[in-house]
Amino acid sequence: MSLADRFACLPALLAADRDLIRRGRWLEVECRIEIGAEPFFLVLRGGALARLDRGPKLMGSTAFTFRATDEAWLQHWKRVPEPGWHDLFALTKRGAASMEGDLRPLLQNLQYFKDLLALPREKA
Amino acid sequence: MIGRYVHVDIDGVPHRLYFEEAGPTDGIPLVCLHTAGADSRQFRHLLADAEITRRFRVLAFDMPWHGKSTPPDGWERSEYRLTTQSYTAAIRAFCKAMELDKPAVMGCSIGGRIVLNLAIAHAREFRALIALEAADFQQPWYDTAWLHRPDVHGGEVCAALISGLIAPQSPPARRHETLWMYMQGGPGVFKGDLYFYRVDGDLREKVKGIDTTACPLYLLTGEYDFSCTAEDTRRTVAQIPGAQLQIMKELGHFPMSENPAKFREYILPVLAKIS
Repeated sequence: MSLADRFACLPALLAADRDLIRRGRWLEVECRIEIGAEPFFLVLRGGALARLDRGPKLMGSTAFTFRATDEAWLQHWKRVPEPGWHDLFALTKRGAASMEGDLRPLLQNLQYFKDLLALPREKA
Repeated sequence: MIGRYVHVDIDGVPHRLYFEEAGPTDGIPLVCLHTAGADSRQFRHLLADAEITRRFRVLAFDMPWHGKSTPPDGWERSEYRLTTQSYTAAIRAFCKAMELDKPAVMGCSIGGRIVLNLAIAHAREFRALIALEAADFQQPWYDTAWLHRPDVHGGEVCAALISGLIAPQSPPARRHETLWMYMQGGPGVFKGDLYFYRVDGDLREKVKGIDTTACPLYLLTGEYDFSCTAEDTRRTVAQIPGAQLQIMKELGHFPMSENPAKFREYILPVLAKIS
Protein backbone atom coordinates (compact mmCIF):
# COMPACT_ATOMS: atom_id res chain seq x y z
CA MET A 1 0.00 0.00 0.00
CA SER A 2 1.47 3.37 -0.98
CA LEU A 3 1.76 6.18 1.53
CA ALA A 4 -1.04 8.07 -0.21
CA ASP A 5 -3.20 4.95 -0.11
CA ARG A 6 -2.59 4.70 3.63
CA PHE A 7 -3.63 8.31 4.08
CA ALA A 8 -6.71 7.72 1.92
CA CYS A 9 -7.92 5.38 4.68
CA LEU A 10 -8.36 8.39 6.95
CA PRO A 11 -12.18 8.49 6.85
CA ALA A 12 -12.47 4.99 8.28
CA LEU A 13 -9.60 5.49 10.71
CA LEU A 14 -11.09 8.70 12.09
CA ALA A 15 -14.63 7.34 12.21
CA ALA A 16 -13.34 4.56 14.46
CA ASP A 17 -11.75 7.04 16.89
CA ARG A 18 -14.72 8.54 18.74
CA ASP A 19 -12.48 10.18 21.34
CA LEU A 20 -10.51 12.04 18.67
CA ILE A 21 -13.74 13.26 17.09
CA ARG A 22 -14.90 14.39 20.54
CA ARG A 23 -11.71 16.35 21.07
CA GLY A 24 -12.18 18.05 17.70
CA ARG A 25 -15.85 18.92 18.24
CA TRP A 26 -15.21 22.67 17.95
CA LEU A 27 -13.28 22.31 14.72
CA GLU A 28 -14.59 23.57 11.40
CA VAL A 29 -11.84 23.92 8.80
CA GLU A 30 -10.73 23.04 5.30
CA CYS A 31 -7.07 22.16 5.04
CA ARG A 32 -4.61 20.60 2.68
CA ILE A 33 -2.24 17.79 3.59
CA GLU A 34 0.46 16.80 1.12
CA ILE A 35 1.73 13.25 1.19
CA GLY A 36 4.89 13.72 -0.85
CA ALA A 37 3.72 14.97 -4.23
CA GLU A 38 0.08 14.02 -3.70
CA PRO A 39 -2.29 16.57 -2.15
CA PHE A 40 -5.34 15.74 -0.08
CA PHE A 41 -8.10 18.24 0.68
CA LEU A 42 -9.82 17.73 4.02
CA VAL A 43 -13.13 19.24 5.10
CA LEU A 44 -13.49 18.85 8.85
CA ARG A 45 -16.78 19.54 10.63
CA GLY A 46 -17.21 18.95 14.34
CA GLY A 47 -14.01 16.91 14.40
CA ALA A 48 -15.26 14.47 11.77
CA LEU A 49 -14.23 14.23 8.13
CA ALA A 50 -17.06 15.64 6.04
CA ARG A 51 -15.04 15.19 2.89
CA LEU A 52 -11.63 13.96 1.75
CA ASP A 53 -10.57 14.71 -1.82
CA ARG A 54 -7.44 13.11 -3.21
CA GLY A 55 -5.28 14.68 -5.89
CA PRO A 56 -4.92 18.17 -7.38
CA LYS A 57 -7.99 20.37 -7.08
CA LEU A 58 -8.57 23.23 -9.47
CA MET A 59 -8.69 26.45 -7.40
CA GLY A 60 -8.77 24.43 -4.19
CA SER A 61 -8.92 26.87 -1.28
CA THR A 62 -7.87 25.93 2.23
CA ALA A 63 -7.00 27.63 5.51
CA PHE A 64 -3.60 25.99 5.84
CA THR A 65 -1.35 23.39 4.30
CA PHE A 66 0.88 20.85 5.99
CA ARG A 67 3.24 19.07 3.65
CA ALA A 68 5.90 16.46 4.25
CA THR A 69 8.18 14.28 2.17
CA ASP A 70 7.50 10.64 1.46
CA GLU A 71 10.35 9.71 3.77
CA ALA A 72 8.88 11.83 6.55
CA TRP A 73 5.51 10.11 6.38
CA LEU A 74 7.09 6.66 6.03
CA GLN A 75 9.10 7.22 9.19
CA HIS A 76 6.31 9.03 11.05
CA TRP A 77 3.88 6.21 10.41
CA LYS A 78 6.09 3.40 11.75
CA ARG A 79 4.49 1.66 14.70
CA VAL A 80 7.18 3.15 16.92
CA PRO A 81 8.85 5.98 15.03
CA GLU A 82 12.56 6.56 15.39
CA PRO A 83 13.79 9.67 17.25
CA GLY A 84 13.40 12.80 15.16
CA TRP A 85 10.53 11.41 13.10
CA HIS A 86 7.92 10.96 15.79
CA ASP A 87 6.23 14.38 15.88
CA LEU A 88 5.07 16.90 13.28
CA PHE A 89 7.42 19.52 14.72
CA ALA A 90 10.30 17.06 14.72
CA LEU A 91 9.63 16.76 10.99
CA THR A 92 9.52 20.52 10.43
CA LYS A 93 12.64 21.08 12.50
CA ARG A 94 14.63 18.66 10.36
CA GLY A 95 13.30 20.25 7.16
CA ALA A 96 11.24 17.24 6.10
CA ALA A 97 7.92 19.05 6.52
CA SER A 98 6.49 22.55 6.48
CA MET A 99 3.27 24.38 7.25
CA GLU A 100 1.81 27.52 5.77
CA GLY A 101 -1.34 29.58 5.61
CA ASP A 102 -3.64 30.61 8.45
CA LEU A 103 -2.24 28.41 11.20
CA ARG A 104 -4.82 29.44 13.82
CA PRO A 105 -7.14 26.45 13.38
CA LEU A 106 -4.09 24.19 13.42
CA LEU A 107 -2.68 25.68 16.64
CA GLN A 108 -6.13 25.94 18.22
CA ASN A 109 -6.54 22.19 17.72
CA LEU A 110 -2.92 21.14 17.63
CA GLN A 111 -3.13 17.86 19.54
CA TYR A 112 -6.14 16.88 17.45
CA PHE A 113 -4.16 17.42 14.23
CA LYS A 114 -1.10 15.61 15.59
CA ASP A 115 -3.27 12.63 16.40
CA LEU A 116 -5.24 12.86 13.13
CA LEU A 117 -2.11 12.83 10.99
CA ALA A 118 -0.74 9.91 13.01
CA LEU A 119 -3.81 7.71 12.40
CA PRO A 120 -2.25 5.95 9.36
CA ARG A 121 0.26 4.52 11.84
CA GLU A 122 -2.43 1.95 12.57
CA LYS A 123 -1.88 0.64 9.04
CA ALA A 124 1.78 -0.11 9.78
CA MET B 1 7.08 13.61 51.14
CA ILE B 2 6.27 16.94 52.81
CA GLY B 3 5.12 20.16 51.14
CA ARG B 4 5.84 23.51 52.74
CA TYR B 5 6.27 27.17 51.95
CA VAL B 6 9.34 29.31 52.50
CA HIS B 7 9.55 33.08 52.35
CA VAL B 8 12.57 34.33 50.44
CA ASP B 9 13.70 37.61 49.00
CA ILE B 10 14.73 37.29 45.37
CA ASP B 11 16.57 40.38 44.19
CA GLY B 12 14.95 42.32 47.01
CA VAL B 13 11.41 41.25 46.14
CA PRO B 14 9.52 39.14 48.72
CA HIS B 15 8.41 35.76 47.43
CA ARG B 16 6.58 32.81 48.92
CA LEU B 17 7.90 29.60 47.38
CA TYR B 18 6.23 26.22 47.61
CA PHE B 19 8.52 23.23 47.80
CA GLU B 20 8.38 19.54 48.54
CA GLU B 21 11.05 17.46 50.15
CA ALA B 22 11.73 13.88 51.10
CA GLY B 23 14.69 12.20 52.72
CA PRO B 24 16.68 12.77 55.90
CA THR B 25 17.43 16.35 56.88
CA ASP B 26 21.10 15.38 57.12
CA GLY B 27 21.00 13.66 53.74
CA ILE B 28 22.89 14.92 50.69
CA PRO B 29 20.80 17.89 49.52
CA LEU B 30 19.56 17.47 45.93
CA VAL B 31 17.67 20.46 44.60
CA CYS B 32 15.50 19.68 41.56
CA LEU B 33 14.52 22.31 38.98
CA HIS B 34 11.41 21.74 36.85
CA THR B 35 10.98 22.60 33.19
CA ALA B 36 9.57 25.76 31.67
CA GLY B 37 5.83 26.20 31.99
CA ALA B 38 5.45 23.35 34.48
CA ASP B 39 6.06 22.78 38.20
CA SER B 40 7.76 20.56 40.72
CA ARG B 41 5.19 17.79 40.41
CA GLN B 42 7.50 16.61 37.62
CA PHE B 43 9.78 15.27 40.36
CA ARG B 44 7.14 13.52 42.45
CA HIS B 45 8.38 10.08 41.47
CA LEU B 46 11.93 10.94 42.48
CA LEU B 47 10.64 12.30 45.79
CA ALA B 48 8.77 9.04 46.36
CA ASP B 49 11.77 6.86 45.54
CA ALA B 50 12.89 5.27 48.80
CA GLU B 51 16.24 4.19 47.41
CA ILE B 52 17.09 7.77 46.49
CA THR B 53 15.67 9.38 49.61
CA ARG B 54 17.57 6.94 51.79
CA ARG B 55 20.73 8.97 51.20
CA PHE B 56 19.51 12.18 49.58
CA ARG B 57 17.39 15.01 50.91
CA VAL B 58 15.49 15.70 47.72
CA LEU B 59 13.97 19.15 47.41
CA ALA B 60 11.89 20.44 44.51
CA PHE B 61 10.49 23.98 44.54
CA ASP B 62 7.99 25.67 42.27
CA MET B 63 9.60 28.66 40.57
CA PRO B 64 7.81 31.96 41.15
CA TRP B 65 4.70 32.16 38.91
CA HIS B 66 4.55 28.35 38.71
CA GLY B 67 2.54 25.77 40.60
CA LYS B 68 1.84 26.86 44.15
CA SER B 69 4.49 29.59 44.12
CA THR B 70 2.24 32.49 43.31
CA PRO B 71 3.73 35.52 41.58
CA PRO B 72 5.02 38.33 43.77
CA ASP B 73 2.57 41.10 44.74
CA GLY B 74 1.91 43.49 41.87
CA TRP B 75 2.29 40.77 39.24
CA GLU B 76 -0.76 42.03 37.40
CA ARG B 77 1.17 45.15 36.35
CA SER B 78 4.01 43.23 34.72
CA GLU B 79 4.68 40.76 31.95
CA TYR B 80 6.48 37.69 33.24
CA ARG B 81 9.92 37.17 31.78
CA LEU B 82 12.57 34.81 33.14
CA THR B 83 16.18 35.89 32.88
CA THR B 84 19.50 34.27 33.71
CA GLN B 85 19.87 36.73 36.54
CA SER B 86 16.41 36.21 38.07
CA TYR B 87 16.57 32.43 37.70
CA THR B 88 20.01 32.21 39.31
CA ALA B 89 18.88 34.50 42.10
CA ALA B 90 15.84 32.33 42.82
CA ILE B 91 17.88 29.15 43.06
CA ARG B 92 20.55 30.68 45.26
CA ALA B 93 17.91 32.34 47.46
CA PHE B 94 16.14 29.02 47.97
CA CYS B 95 19.38 27.20 48.80
CA LYS B 96 20.36 29.92 51.25
CA ALA B 97 16.93 30.05 52.91
CA MET B 98 17.01 26.28 53.37
CA GLU B 99 20.60 26.49 54.67
CA LEU B 100 21.75 23.80 52.29
CA ASP B 101 25.37 22.76 52.53
CA LYS B 102 26.83 22.70 49.01
CA PRO B 103 23.79 21.03 47.47
CA ALA B 104 23.72 19.01 44.31
CA VAL B 105 21.40 20.61 41.75
CA MET B 106 19.58 18.74 39.03
CA GLY B 107 17.63 20.75 36.47
CA CYS B 108 15.69 19.82 33.35
CA SER B 109 15.35 21.87 30.17
CA ILE B 110 15.56 25.48 31.35
CA GLY B 111 16.65 23.86 34.61
CA GLY B 112 19.40 22.11 32.71
CA ARG B 113 20.46 25.32 31.01
CA ILE B 114 20.62 27.23 34.28
CA VAL B 115 22.68 24.36 35.74
CA LEU B 116 25.23 25.12 33.03
CA ASN B 117 25.12 28.76 34.15
CA LEU B 118 25.68 27.69 37.73
CA ALA B 119 28.65 25.65 36.54
CA ILE B 120 30.05 28.71 34.79
CA ALA B 121 29.52 31.29 37.52
CA HIS B 122 28.90 29.57 40.87
CA ALA B 123 30.51 26.13 40.69
CA ARG B 124 32.06 26.21 44.14
CA GLU B 125 28.66 26.64 45.82
CA PHE B 126 27.60 23.14 44.71
CA ARG B 127 28.91 19.61 45.14
CA ALA B 128 27.53 18.31 41.84
CA LEU B 129 25.52 19.64 38.92
CA ILE B 130 23.22 17.50 36.77
CA ALA B 131 21.85 19.01 33.56
CA LEU B 132 18.95 17.09 32.02
CA GLU B 133 18.02 17.88 28.42
CA ALA B 134 20.53 20.69 28.26
CA ALA B 135 22.91 22.25 25.79
CA ASP B 136 24.68 25.55 25.21
CA PHE B 137 22.17 26.51 22.55
CA GLN B 138 19.20 24.96 20.78
CA GLN B 139 17.65 25.89 17.47
CA PRO B 140 14.07 27.20 17.95
CA TRP B 141 11.35 25.11 16.33
CA TYR B 142 8.23 27.22 16.81
CA ASP B 143 7.15 30.81 17.36
CA THR B 144 6.49 31.37 21.08
CA ALA B 145 3.91 34.05 20.28
CA TRP B 146 1.42 31.19 19.87
CA LEU B 147 1.74 30.36 23.57
CA HIS B 148 -0.17 33.40 24.80
CA ARG B 149 -2.85 34.98 22.69
CA PRO B 150 -6.57 35.43 23.17
CA ASP B 151 -7.71 33.27 20.26
CA VAL B 152 -5.76 30.16 21.29
CA HIS B 153 -6.28 28.27 24.55
CA GLY B 154 -2.94 28.76 26.29
CA GLY B 155 -2.95 25.58 28.34
CA GLU B 156 -3.94 23.32 25.50
CA VAL B 157 -1.52 24.80 22.98
CA CYS B 158 1.37 24.64 25.46
CA ALA B 159 0.69 20.99 26.11
CA ALA B 160 0.11 20.17 22.46
CA LEU B 161 3.37 21.80 21.37
CA ILE B 162 5.50 19.90 23.87
CA SER B 163 3.63 16.60 23.57
CA GLY B 164 5.94 15.60 20.75
CA LEU B 165 8.94 15.83 23.04
CA ILE B 166 7.74 12.80 24.97
CA ALA B 167 9.10 9.46 23.79
CA PRO B 168 6.53 7.14 22.18
CA GLN B 169 7.52 4.40 24.63
CA SER B 170 6.60 6.45 27.69
CA PRO B 171 3.56 5.07 29.54
CA PRO B 172 0.30 6.84 28.58
CA ALA B 173 -0.58 7.67 32.18
CA ARG B 174 2.78 9.37 32.75
CA ARG B 175 2.57 11.13 29.38
CA HIS B 176 -0.80 12.63 30.13
CA GLU B 177 0.15 13.61 33.66
CA THR B 178 3.11 15.50 32.19
CA LEU B 179 0.81 17.20 29.68
CA TRP B 180 -1.72 18.08 32.37
CA MET B 181 0.89 20.16 34.20
CA TYR B 182 1.44 22.19 31.04
CA MET B 183 -2.27 22.72 30.64
CA GLN B 184 -2.35 24.25 34.11
CA GLY B 185 0.33 26.89 33.61
CA GLY B 186 -0.53 30.55 34.16
CA PRO B 187 -1.14 32.79 31.11
CA GLY B 188 2.11 33.76 29.44
CA VAL B 189 4.29 31.90 31.94
CA PHE B 190 5.64 29.26 29.59
CA LYS B 191 6.32 31.98 27.03
CA GLY B 192 8.07 34.08 29.67
CA ASP B 193 10.28 31.16 30.67
CA LEU B 194 11.32 30.69 27.07
CA TYR B 195 12.74 34.22 26.98
CA PHE B 196 15.55 32.83 29.15
CA TYR B 197 15.81 29.70 27.00
CA ARG B 198 15.77 31.36 23.61
CA VAL B 199 17.25 34.79 24.15
CA ASP B 200 18.93 35.39 27.46
CA GLY B 201 20.41 31.96 28.05
CA ASP B 202 22.59 31.48 24.95
CA LEU B 203 25.76 29.85 26.28
CA ARG B 204 27.67 29.27 23.10
CA GLU B 205 31.36 29.87 23.84
CA LYS B 206 30.64 30.48 27.53
CA VAL B 207 30.49 26.75 28.39
CA LYS B 208 34.17 26.48 27.54
CA GLY B 209 34.83 28.26 30.81
CA ILE B 210 33.32 25.48 32.94
CA ASP B 211 35.79 23.89 35.33
CA THR B 212 34.56 20.42 36.26
CA THR B 213 37.32 20.09 38.86
CA ALA B 214 35.51 22.82 40.81
CA CYS B 215 32.24 20.90 40.57
CA PRO B 216 31.49 17.68 38.66
CA LEU B 217 29.01 18.11 35.83
CA TYR B 218 26.72 15.48 34.34
CA LEU B 219 24.60 15.92 31.22
CA LEU B 220 21.83 13.46 30.39
CA THR B 221 19.57 13.83 27.34
CA GLY B 222 16.74 11.65 26.08
CA GLU B 223 17.12 10.40 22.49
CA TYR B 224 13.57 11.49 21.56
CA ASP B 225 14.14 15.06 22.69
CA PHE B 226 14.19 17.15 19.51
CA SER B 227 14.15 20.44 21.40
CA CYS B 228 17.52 19.65 22.94
CA THR B 229 18.84 16.92 20.72
CA ALA B 230 21.44 14.34 21.61
CA GLU B 231 23.68 16.12 19.11
CA ASP B 232 23.18 19.44 20.91
CA THR B 233 24.26 17.87 24.19
CA ARG B 234 27.20 16.01 22.60
CA ARG B 235 28.39 19.26 21.05
CA THR B 236 28.19 20.96 24.43
CA VAL B 237 29.99 18.18 26.31
CA ALA B 238 32.77 18.17 23.73
CA GLN B 239 33.62 21.71 24.86
CA ILE B 240 33.77 20.90 28.58
CA PRO B 241 36.68 18.71 29.67
CA GLY B 242 35.58 16.29 32.36
CA ALA B 243 31.83 16.66 31.78
CA GLN B 244 30.01 13.32 31.86
CA LEU B 245 27.56 12.51 29.06
CA GLN B 246 24.70 10.03 28.94
CA ILE B 247 22.18 9.73 26.11
CA MET B 248 19.06 8.03 27.44
CA LYS B 249 17.31 5.51 25.21
CA GLU B 250 13.51 5.56 24.92
CA LEU B 251 13.23 8.84 26.80
CA GLY B 252 12.31 12.36 25.75
CA HIS B 253 12.43 15.84 27.19
CA PHE B 254 10.78 15.06 30.55
CA PRO B 255 12.55 11.89 31.69
CA MET B 256 11.73 12.15 35.41
CA SER B 257 8.05 12.72 34.68
CA GLU B 258 7.24 10.91 31.43
CA ASN B 259 8.89 7.61 32.42
CA PRO B 260 10.28 7.65 35.95
CA ALA B 261 11.00 3.91 35.92
CA LYS B 262 13.19 4.25 32.82
CA PHE B 263 14.82 7.44 34.08
CA ARG B 264 15.76 5.66 37.27
CA GLU B 265 18.06 3.33 35.30
CA TYR B 266 20.09 6.35 34.22
CA ILE B 267 19.99 8.62 37.24
CA LEU B 268 20.80 6.09 39.97
CA PRO B 269 24.38 5.55 38.74
CA VAL B 270 24.90 9.33 38.64
CA LEU B 271 23.54 9.75 42.16
CA ALA B 272 25.74 6.86 43.32
CA LYS B 273 28.81 8.74 42.05
CA ILE B 274 27.69 11.88 43.90
CA SER B 275 27.09 10.05 47.14
